[in-house]
Amino acid sequence: MRIGLDIGSTTIKCVVLNDENQIVHTTYERHYSHITEKAAELLADLEEKYGEEEFLVAISGSAGMGLAEGCGVPFVQEVFATRVAASALQPDADVIIELGGEDAKILFLSDGVEVRMNGSCAGGTGAFIDQMATLLKITPTELNEKAKQQEKIYTIASRCGVFAKTDVQPLLNQGARIEDVSASILYSVVNQTVAGLAQGRHIGGKVLYLGGPLTFMSELRAAFNKVLKTEGILPENSLYFVSIGAALYSDDATTFTLPELRDKIAAGGGKGSFDHTAPLFATKKEYTEFLHRHEKASVPVGRLEGFEGRAHLGIDAGSTTVKTVLISEDGELLNTTYQPNSGNPVPLVKQAILKMYEACPGMTLASVTTTGYGEQLCKEAFNADYSLVETMAHFAAAKHFQPDVDFIIDIGGQDMKCFKIADGAISDIFLNEACSSGCGSFLQTFAEALGRDVRDFAKLGLFGDAPVELGSRCTVFMNSSVKQAQKDGASIENISAGLAISVVKNALYKVIRASSPSELGHNVVVQGGTFYNDAVLRAFEKEMGMEVIRPSIAGLMGAFGAALYGRKRAKNAQKSTALNKQELENLTHDVQTVNCNLCTNHCSLTINKFSGNRKFISGNRCDRPITHRGAENPLNIYDYKQQLLDSYAPVPGPRGKIGIPMGLNFFETLPFWHTFFTRLGFEVVCSPHSTRELYFKGQATIPSDTVCYPAKLMHGHIKVLTEMEGIDTIFYPCMSYNIDEGMSDNHFNCPVVAYYPEVLKSSCAELEGKTFIYDYVGIHRPKDFVKKFTKILEKYFTGITQKQVQQATDAAFAEYDAYLEKIREKGAEIMRQARAEGRQIIVLAGRPYHLDNEVNHGIDKLITSQGAAVISEDAISHLMDKAPTTVLNQWTYHARLYAAARYIANKPDMNLVQLVSFGCGLDAVTTDEVRETLHREGKLYTQIKIDEIANLGAVNIRLRSLFSALEQEDSAPKQEDAV
Amino acid sequence: MSETKPAASTMPQYPKFTPEMKTTHTILIPQMAPIHFHMIAAAMRQEGYRIEVLENGGPEVAQEGLKYVHNDTCYPALLVIGQFIDALKSGKYDLNTTALMITQTGGGCRASNYIHLLRKALVKAGFPQVPVASLNFSGLEKDSGFKYTVPLIRKAIAAVFYGDELMSLSNQLRPYENNKGETDALVLKWQEALSAEFENGGGVSKKDMKRNFNAIADDFAKIPVTKVPKVKVGVVGEIYVKYSPLGNSHLEDFLASEDCEVNMPGLMGFIQYCIVNGSENIKLYGGSKAVQKIYEVVMDFTTVREKLMIEAIAKHPNLHAPTLFDEVRKMADGFIGYGAKMGEGWLLTAEMVELVKSGYGNIVCAQPFGCLPNHVVGKGMISKIRAVYPEANITPIDYDPSATKVNQENRIKLMIAVAKEKLDGNKAATVAMPQLSAPPKAEIKLGNL
Repeated sequence: MRIGLDIGSTTIKCVVLNDENQIVHTTYERHYSHITEKAAELLADLEEKYGEEEFLVAISGSAGMGLAEGCGVPFVQEVFATRVAASALQPDADVIIELGGEDAKILFLSDGVEVRMNGSCAGGTGAFIDQMATLLKITPTELNEKAKQQEKIYTIASRCGVFAKTDVQPLLNQGARIEDVSASILYSVVNQTVAGLAQGRHIGGKVLYLGGPLTFMSELRAAFNKVLKTEGILPENSLYFVSIGAALYSDDATTFTLPELRDKIAAGGGKGSFDHTAPLFATKKEYTEFLHRHEKASVPVGRLEGFEGRAHLGIDAGSTTVKTVLISEDGELLNTTYQPNSGNPVPLVKQAILKMYEACPGMTLASVTTTGYGEQLCKEAFNADYSLVETMAHFAAAKHFQPDVDFIIDIGGQDMKCFKIADGAISDIFLNEACSSGCGSFLQTFAEALGRDVRDFAKLGLFGDAPVELGSRCTVFMNSSVKQAQKDGASIENISAGLAISVVKNALYKVIRASSPSELGHNVVVQGGTFYNDAVLRAFEKEMGMEVIRPSIAGLMGAFGAALYGRKRAKNAQKSTALNKQELENLTHDVQTVNCNLCTNHCSLTINKFSGNRKFISGNRCDRPITHRGAENPLNIYDYKQQLLDSYAPVPGPRGKIGIPMGLNFFETLPFWHTFFTRLGFEVVCSPHSTRELYFKGQATIPSDTVCYPAKLMHGHIKVLTEMEGIDTIFYPCMSYNIDEGMSDNHFNCPVVAYYPEVLKSSCAELEGKTFIYDYVGIHRPKDFVKKFTKILEKYFTGITQKQVQQATDAAFAEYDAYLEKIREKGAEIMRQARAEGRQIIVLAGRPYHLDNEVNHGIDKLITSQGAAVISEDAISHLMDKAPTTVLNQWTYHARLYAAARYIANKPDMNLVQLVSFGCGLDAVTTDEVRETLHREGKLYTQIKIDEIANLGAVNIRLRSLFSALEQEDSAPKQEDAV
Repeated sequence: MSETKPAASTMPQYPKFTPEMKTTHTILIPQMAPIHFHMIAAAMRQEGYRIEVLENGGPEVAQEGLKYVHNDTCYPALLVIGQFIDALKSGKYDLNTTALMITQTGGGCRASNYIHLLRKALVKAGFPQVPVASLNFSGLEKDSGFKYTVPLIRKAIAAVFYGDELMSLSNQLRPYENNKGETDALVLKWQEALSAEFENGGGVSKKDMKRNFNAIADDFAKIPVTKVPKVKVGVVGEIYVKYSPLGNSHLEDFLASEDCEVNMPGLMGFIQYCIVNGSENIKLYGGSKAVQKIYEVVMDFTTVREKLMIEAIAKHPNLHAPTLFDEVRKMADGFIGYGAKMGEGWLLTAEMVELVKSGYGNIVCAQPFGCLPNHVVGKGMISKIRAVYPEANITPIDYDPSATKVNQENRIKLMIAVAKEKLDGNKAATVAMPQLSAPPKAEIKLGNL
């Protein structure tokens, strides 16, 4: 007989086959990382059934790997085991899609066997669904049920679980239906799997679905069917293919009896070693002193019942929690609430306020102030008096505890916000980008997954003797590190401590980029719900070697700050505009979702309607759906540049059509190439503007899931071009070098921009049968270019002379120069007008292809909707000479960035926001350089990391924080803001 | 035109490696390729430099890197800088008489910026006085006091060739040796012997190299081996994670423990690739014919020696000789253009093809997480290579401070499992599986999914 054990990241599966290879026993259980124990339990059960019988045994699964090695039982790689089982059970299958707790796999069985597993950055499938379900406060089974009632699908970033979560959270906060969100989550899993694993191969024929998530979730299968346009099959034993394969492949001479096996596993399991760091507390005494020190930062508490007088309410509708704080005029804390945000904050806040009204009828509500992600929603819902951006609320609250505060770190559930304060004003803001998000709530989700309360879980970490090193890239990586550590026998105490340290390291080294206490400040206030966790607090103090203040209401600081703000703003006799008790009881909240069709962004708008005709629209990037203003903003150079590029329309010519995929470098060089080819008699046709649909069209041919989004979009552009009528030739040259603008030591393109045509040629089957011109060209040497390019054209066309190429080149360079000149002139004009109107000028700096609306997600419009003017780096970089940099300045586009940063140095009305595409390795170099350049001149630095993520909530907070900080800077001398 | 210019004084100034430091300072260099660097370091010492190759590893190295370098920077930079800072913090070195040396490729990749990131990191970590010298052949950092004299360059080139020969031979013999440890002992013996020969001014002429190449091959050919079928794995990748055990989590050891034979294409290939790119650049975009000629002369210089090495190995029918670089180069044809010259560029693609063609079709493509050139020349080319050579079994592995070993090893194991199956004949297909009868109701204990 044979036993196959499949120990995955989350579950343990076991199959027993009899001598006729019939399945006689199966089990499927969660192991909660207690692998050795669970395996032993499972074997004990079998022992009752089979006694001393001899078995051929093999172990499989990612978590089984170490165990098999430790105990000397044969190991079979799980994907391979799936294949073995498939060839025995379903020999005619063409493709297998198997999703597990952490890994996604696709096996192509016909026409050249190929097996694929997801890359490291796409980890977490089953675990991801679990996490999302936790976020929605439902079970995965319920998630599946809800998904059945979906009406619309939101686009959720499918790069990884962390990114998806940053999309889901704001959707919930905007009041999107759980049913729709549930279905959208499942679709994002599908897109992630397809984009990451298909890599150009067609998924079709007989498709099998295997593994836990696909077995248990009918709607996930339905989503796969829909996206793949196929009818996949869920075979019998879909959970057990790996264990069956392992059992079948256990063709080794050695047999085991069950007691033998159990002993081996008991002896061999959990003996691995793990990297660890020093414990958080060496002694109990250290801990007591620590506790004592932190008890000092508290607020006087008053009694709510029977309170009479004026009170101020702060509402912080955060990403994962909703908090309210009620203070008296004297600053006594009358009431606080802290509730998980189960999607819609409105009913939670409603209940909280109702209770306050009931508890003290004698209270006069003087002001209500909202803040947080849902600040606008709540302001409208309750007709609140004020709203303020959460960074400002946090600052106000921190000042209350430490008037000289010069650094604030807030780690909430989803976000980390850090700010530096100089001369009473915010001088620098650090907000985490997507990769670092969710650290706080990860602690909670993780504790819950282990069946623990988050507070107990934190306490355990305090005395872990060897905290595990878990890495700090993101929660997906941490999650898999934890699982590995558990397999290596790490205790829950050491994991808890390790997680606390990881969260802190993420904040310090990824978000703030500080390596010593002096880079923070002298009076540091830490806050946010995550800092209730003493292990996190201690880890922070230890890592930086300094003592900090953690207010007793660390998790309520946003709401507290909002209340303080309201108290400051409210006039003496003012009564809040907020709903009274009766209005509140009758409050209705109706949610509708529609697609805005005013521009190509097609934003998904969520319309919240409240009783009393109050309305709140969210999901929009610009203010058009609200103000119904015209499309163009004269103060937005992004609009202007896009129009300029659009003006290069096809001109019919004798040589027929030549297609250009409108992405990456073409955002800079289109004027050049359009003129060049038009002159030579070609009709130059560009692919349409990028859209989400266009991206999906090409996603199956993307070979590397960690490349930047602008590059990924090229697959869609190629696909669309090849489908367009009459386009048999597509031009997209490789270019190691860009134009030398004389501002850098070299003038390279980045490796992706330079060589992406090679990837397209190699991966896009649709290019077969087309003439794809992707030769290496150098427009940095105009003279040589003519000669070299004439030769290249000879390969594809007849009768183009060098003289013609020379003329076309001259015209092309002239057009390119004219194009640049127009941008510069427009930039100057915008700056003049903005100054005349007293507006802030934002240099929205990135690469030329950040002009692409699908890449920048309309951030330009978001900025102009806040009243500022937007120009781009190439509108001002020519105003600077080459200057030394502390890095090697060797890329043309990046040199413009550095120049733009220097240009705005002494201009108080100008600020720079840098757009960075996820996965852009070069920006790891440039962002530090731009930041340092700006900081040397006392300027704020704002970086926005963008990917396929479509939700702008976090970006909005970033920008609003920037504007608030600027306003505050203006008014700082007057000290108006002192609370 | 400029309206403002920051005063020069606001730019941080870094200490230079001055000629005087040759006698006063110990230069630390990161370990990048164990066999080669042993001899290169010896050659530098003979030139009067005080050299120490860093061997410190462990989790602290990556942690220091994360602390002082932008976390999205590529893994090799994190590790190398982390390794330096970890060493400087160890207290083993007098900070006033210690210098660092780091490579600089001069290409369009981030790697040319490592030296600047290192300098920034040193300031942040509190070692602003430690000078950094650049190891490059692109004319960057011309004011450095580290001089590439002709004898040093000749020794370095010879050391790379010898290193490649030792690496190639030891890799193909170690898995089969009858007496465990014999191969490695021989590597060590030759490293010492060659370093000693350098000391006496020998070992670098064509004649000496020919003699040594032959003697090395003869010596290794004598190692008693028992050839049993083993999975043959080729390793390509970003240059640092390909060779450095610190970078690739001891990939070679892991493959050895899985009973595989490893083929790591030589380091000289990368140098020759850089030389070829010099002339290729002129061919593609125009430039001085005279300069192009120089590149070709240098190329000839290396090719002559390379041929001697290959001949020395090829004499022995039981040994696998590396493919001549110029042949490897041609294998990129039809896959990728020679203009793709950032990072490992077209060479990485060509090496994969070469490995497949010479029987090492199971390939680990090792790359730092998010490595830009590898999106193109590594992952971007795999499907095309598989289309032409369906037997190619290539697995790209990302290396990163946070990536778990389980994750990496599991993927490599999958590659090996597929390879083993081919080696054993298609075993899965031979397993007789009767139609399964209805299974008993599964005992599913579900907490969640």
